[in-house]
Amino acid sequence: MLLETFLMLLDPVIILSIFAGVSAGLFVGAMPGLTATMALAVLLPFTFTLPPLHGLVALGAVYMGAIYGGSFAAILVNTPGTPSSIATAFEGYPMSKKGRALEALSIATVASAVGGIAGSLFLLLLSPPLAKLSLRFGPAEYFWVAVLGLTLIASLSEGSAMKGMLGGALGMVIGTMGVAPIGGETRFTFGLPVLQGGVAMIVALIGLFVLPELFNMAAKGRTALSAVEVNSRAKSSFWQATKTVFSMPGNLIRSCIIGEIVAIIPGAGGNVANLVAYNEAKRASKHPEKYGTGVEEGLVATESSNNVTVAGSMVPLLTLGIPGAPPDAVILGVMMLHGLRPGIELFTTSGQLTYGFIISMGLAAIAMVPVGLLGGRLIYKVIFRTPVYFLVPTIAMATMLGTYAVRNSHTDVIIMLILGTAGYLFKQIGIAPAPIVLGLILGNIAEMGFVQTMLSGQASQYPFLKLFENSLSHILIAMILFSAAWPYLSALKRRFKQRSKTAMEDTHE
Amino acid sequence: MKGLKLNTILTLVLVTVLTIAVGIPGAAFAGFPEKPITYTIPFNPGGESDITARLQEPELEKYLGVAVNVTHKPGGGGAVAWSDFQRTAKPDGYSVVGCNIPHIIGQPMIRKEAGYKTDGFKVVMWFHFTPNALVVSKDSEFKTLDDFIKFAKKKPFVGTVGGSGTYSANHLETLRLMKKAGVDLTYVPYTGTGPVIPALMGGHIKAAMSYSPVSVNYKDKFRTLAVASEERVPAMPDVPTFKELGYDIVGGAFRGVAVPLGTPQDVVDKLAQAYTEANKKISKKQLDLGFVMKYATGDDAVALVDTMRKAYGDVLSDIKKKK
Repeated sequence: MLLETFLMLLDPVIILSIFAGVSAGLFVGAMPGLTATMALAVLLPFTFTLPPLHGLVALGAVYMGAIYGGSFAAILVNTPGTPSSIATAFEGYPMSKKGRALEALSIATVASAVGGIAGSLFLLLLSPPLAKLSLRFGPAEYFWVAVLGLTLIASLSEGSAMKGMLGGALGMVIGTMGVAPIGGETRFTFGLPVLQGGVAMIVALIGLFVLPELFNMAAKGRTALSAVEVNSRAKSSFWQATKTVFSMPGNLIRSCIIGEIVAIIPGAGGNVANLVAYNEAKRASKHPEKYGTGVEEGLVATESSNNVTVAGSMVPLLTLGIPGAPPDAVILGVMMLHGLRPGIELFTTSGQLTYGFIISMGLAAIAMVPVGLLGGRLIYKVIFRTPVYFLVPTIAMATMLGTYAVRNSHTDVIIMLILGTAGYLFKQIGIAPAPIVLGLILGNIAEMGFVQTMLSGQASQYPFLKLFENSLSHILIAMILFSAAWPYLSALKRRFKQRSKTAMEDTHE
Repeated sequence: MKGLKLNTILTLVLVTVLTIAVGIPGAAFAGFPEKPITYTIPFNPGGESDITARLQEPELEKYLGVAVNVTHKPGGGGAVAWSDFQRTAKPDGYSVVGCNIPHIIGQPMIRKEAGYKTDGFKVVMWFHFTPNALVVSKDSEFKTLDDFIKFAKKKPFVGTVGGSGTYSANHLETLRLMKKAGVDLTYVPYTGTGPVIPALMGGHIKAAMSYSPVSVNYKDKFRTLAVASEERVPAMPDVPTFKELGYDIVGGAFRGVAVPLGTPQDVVDKLAQAYTEANKKISKKQLDLGFVMKYATGDDAVALVDTMRKAYGDVLSDIKKKK
């Protein structure tokens, strides 16, 4: 059956829609402000006229391309194109600064393709058990997942943990604006009806990451890319990049598994996965102090993990009808329009369609390699050759249009400009944008989980005990304690090593 | 300086022409519509409002002969789009916004700064209804509504009922059920219908007050105890209504479209005809998904708002008093 399905996909129209979808997605993803969800929503009407398989294949390819395309902007301009490549900028951009931009792009391409294929395989082979696991996440588990995510702040804050936490808290406060997710009260709207919508995460992301970078470029009068590409030909070739990526199998496998686990948790997607994978890569590394200066491992971790989430988040979608990430909601809409009900039926009665869709996402991941390698060089050349006095206003303009398009709102543009200006000032005093955005994403999840848990425990005398009821909660709490204690543990280990070294030297004497 | 002057003159001429065009309603509107219509959905793409609009779009275009552009303006449970619409939309029929009951009834009542009024719309038509449905997991101990009510009587507040949002149709219906049956349940709000489904599947809530399409789409996994419609829903003839079971509860989400107050009646009529035709064309698809079709236009549309306002009025004013 799989072979049959595969042959069905070799239809030239389908191959063409995969390549077109990946290219379109790549472009959308590379533009800060245009997100995968938006691209899918725009494409939706076109898929009505197509047969279901063609429509789903095209949407899957766009989704795959968009998550990958986000890395381009992250590597070349230090501005994540989508929330899924926040951590890509941490290593990708320093590489660009050192004149290794093309190498970074090639590594990101290969890592993304590997992640995309891994995600499709997870979906193809492990859907039922993964779907079961995803159902075990209740309100209490969500709360602990968010707290676990917040412990990442320590490692994301580059230096002062105090400033990192300050940034995280700031993000959480910004996240409380608008209508409360639970309870429906309006908070911090200052009497303005339009603020009921709160601050969209993507708007904050654009403001906090893109604007400070633009200010920097304008102040210096040049991009960091002006450095001469070192050894471009040898190191940026496809084979060399493939060698680099596969030279760290442990990192690759770990990042893919992290990506898949985050993907099946509804509400979290590539935006959380890339940060967690980066953090774990850093923790497992033999030289964590080098992170932030252009380490390939970090780049491989983020780009593989975020592309796993594309097909990975379809596990709860196809088996249970639960969108694992926002773009999946659009795909669910398309399936409902064609009368396809998620569940076992999807894999039996319309099996060929479903398996075709799954395999096509793997093909889309492969298609990213030629499209990405060509497109990457093209975009690199454009950014490299464009004088900075054209580049800065162009990016600024695109950013504002993108922000407006998020919710068709002028207010969002104003919020973006305010946050961006504040973000620049924060950066000057050492508060990085990543903890702020992380606080914004996780603050909401934590609040929701906490309030829902407390509400559902209303019947008991101590509702908060519900937070500690399930075994999955216990595992998560253990992980939190471990994660929070890690800096002290590693410091202890280092001291211990040093002592034994000196002890050894003593005996030698 | 010269260029500026020329521009000013051109603008003036343009404005004059436009004023004259708009100033002769008979002549200008006889040809409605003459340009593309913007159809704003106040929610995210992929939801029920969006899917319906996408289905209507080609049918509307066929009937009206102009492009209909669906755009999204999500935020604040719809309030961002609605307050913006009442403030800025021109009453010419070229701006149409999707509207939902009970959202437009509840929000202005509960929030100090909803930014819009329930009666600040000219409703063109309510085109469908998704009644509330009380749903439990297939393997749940509750086989009938009676089982659930008995359980709630014995163990107050232990019966957790999940639903989409606070002061939403799901929430208000749960409150009404509590009042009518004289029991205490615990309502747990989620951020939309989507996240309620895994919560029920995973056993994190005992039941869910959701909409009929959920009952239909997940009939392999869920059992629907009762549905809050006047008559049984076509897509699930085996499920009793609350009314049959002795609880006078009819409610859910109504979806429709509105234009600004002051839009000329002939334009409203033309739009109503277009939406009626579109509704007929797409009804087969929607009925299968568990929707109940509606054709409430004109006075019927206004009456529906009043009926629902009364139905939810008691529970809403209870909430208001507590605040």
